[in-house]
Amino acid sequence: MKHDFGPVWVIAEQSDCKVELVSLQLLGKARELADELGVACEAVLLGHNLGNAPRELIAVGANRVLVAEATILEFYQPTLYRDIIVSLAEEHQPEIILIGSTFMGRELAPLIAGRLKTGLAAHCIGLHHDQDRNLVQQIPAYGGLMSIVCPERRPQMATVARGVFQTPLADPAREGGIVSVPVPDGSNLPVKALEIVREASSGLALEEARVIVSGGAGVGSREGWETVRSLAETLEAALGCTRPVVDEGWAPLESMIGQSGKMVSPEVYLGIGLSGEQQHMVGITGAKLMVAVNNDPKASVFQQVDLGIVENYEDFVPVLIAKIKAHREAGVTCR
Amino acid sequence: MNIVVCVKAVPDPKEICKVRIDPATKTLMRCDVPLVMNPLDKHALEAALQLKEAGSASVTVISMGPPPAESIVKECMALGADRGILLSDRAFGGADAFATAFTLASGILKTGPFDLVLCGMASSDGATEWVGPLLANFLSVPVVTMVRRLESTANNIWTLLADWQNGYRRVEVRLPAVITVTRELNRPRALSFSGILKARRKTIEQWDLEALGVPVETVGTKGSPTIVSEMSTVENRREVELLRGTTEEKAEQLVSRLAERGLL
Repeated sequence: MKHDFGPVWVIAEQSDCKVELVSLQLLGKARELADELGVACEAVLLGHNLGNAPRELIAVGANRVLVAEATILEFYQPTLYRDIIVSLAEEHQPEIILIGSTFMGRELAPLIAGRLKTGLAAHCIGLHHDQDRNLVQQIPAYGGLMSIVCPERRPQMATVARGVFQTPLADPAREGGIVSVPVPDGSNLPVKALEIVREASSGLALEEARVIVSGGAGVGSREGWETVRSLAETLEAALGCTRPVVDEGWAPLESMIGQSGKMVSPEVYLGIGLSGEQQHMVGITGAKLMVAVNNDPKASVFQQVDLGIVENYEDFVPVLIAKIKAHREAGVTCR
Repeated sequence: MNIVVCVKAVPDPKEICKVRIDPATKTLMRCDVPLVMNPLDKHALEAALQLKEAGSASVTVISMGPPPAESIVKECMALGADRGILLSDRAFGGADAFATAFTLASGILKTGPFDLVLCGMASSDGATEWVGPLLANFLSVPVVTMVRRLESTANNIWTLLADWQNGYRRVEVRLPAVITVTRELNRPRALSFSGILKARRKTIEQWDLEALGVPVETVGTKGSPTIVSEMSTVENRREVELLRGTTEEKAEQLVSRLAERGLL
């Protein structure tokens, strides 16, 4: 193994002793990159009462897990987490650092990059390296893909959302080291997380839904959004949307699908009034059947789905709802 | 209390689908999409204006962008900001989030002492969400991102509620600090006629590289650790089948497709 280059790192995240899915997925990718580059694959894990979490990371490919464990680390503490990781990175000189696009990762990644004076690519959907050993970080943009590299500075840093990479198979027989690292004094922090409060989520979870009904800017108004919502209700589907819909305030941020939102893979995805913007479309590539309703036959969405329906959604959706109900009533008597 | 609000002029998100990658040249074709204020920045400005109205605060708006971005700063003045600054120089062009934050931070430090920097949590075009945290890094102050409520703003230790997985986190932060905000924080006010009239008399300060007094290699493309190495168009991934017939017939076909999959 070459020692000129540092390891590939994943900043792992856990809650209640369990590693977050995105961290496992990133570790699978990190393992792949590390093998190609001929370097070690390592994870950094911070928290309190970590239990079996470090072993989980080894089982999916980490050669070594650097663990910082302390009561104060129970919640993500921005400056403390940053300082621990930055000093570890200065010591171990990783070539690549991957972080999940979770609420923690989205704040922590730029804090680390700022301190390490290096570049960062947001919400990547593809990672590979080129012949110059640069990590090519792909993000969707303007109807295509943009490749971002950080040629001069190290480490190369990227955030990736849950669902972009596959969850690797765990092999509990895999061996790896667990190294405990010191935790600096956590008193007198300039910013302190006091508590994390869980709220009852509204509606069906997008990530688990078999059917998703989703709307875009083409829906046009809050009243129009109600039409989309009633279709979702009729289909017992989860309700998703694009960024402009969130911008307009018709739907909450948590229902946003796409590069900086959620990645979904339902049986059927039914999009209403979508233009086909890449940032959104990359979030639904896992759908088995993609259907789009749009009144503009030239909309780019019609080149990216399986079934296209050129109709005014205001005319089409009420008819569709009626037909679904009629089908169900007929079905009940048949069965 | 001195509040600085960072705003960005972005291509109108409603017309963003007109900006495309040219399949031949692999460069961006910008088809005269108008510039507007980044939607989330309106919430940051609104928060600043409400703090100003609740106590005594001055609100400075700062933006980095090409000369036409001045109209966005002007809009902020019409909404009630006291001072407007546009950081504009050819050398600032092509900046990634790192160089953008460095340039903005240099501008903020030049405005004088500050207690609070407010930003929208993301821009509608770049959407990295990183300028806020990177600003905090360059200003050496703490940051709280995705804030949905200012729970307590007494003295200089504030309690904030910020978005988190399936809920929120309650965070205590000591000022001066950077806060990035979500749409839930408030409802931005609309422009008033009297505001527009008042803003006419206010001037926007324009600062270039020389005014900021920072080395040219720290800004724009040169100051950016990341570069765009390639742009590619995405080929049509799917064979599209367009449903034919009347509205009723199309709906029936879709219903039977859903039924086939056992989803009704």
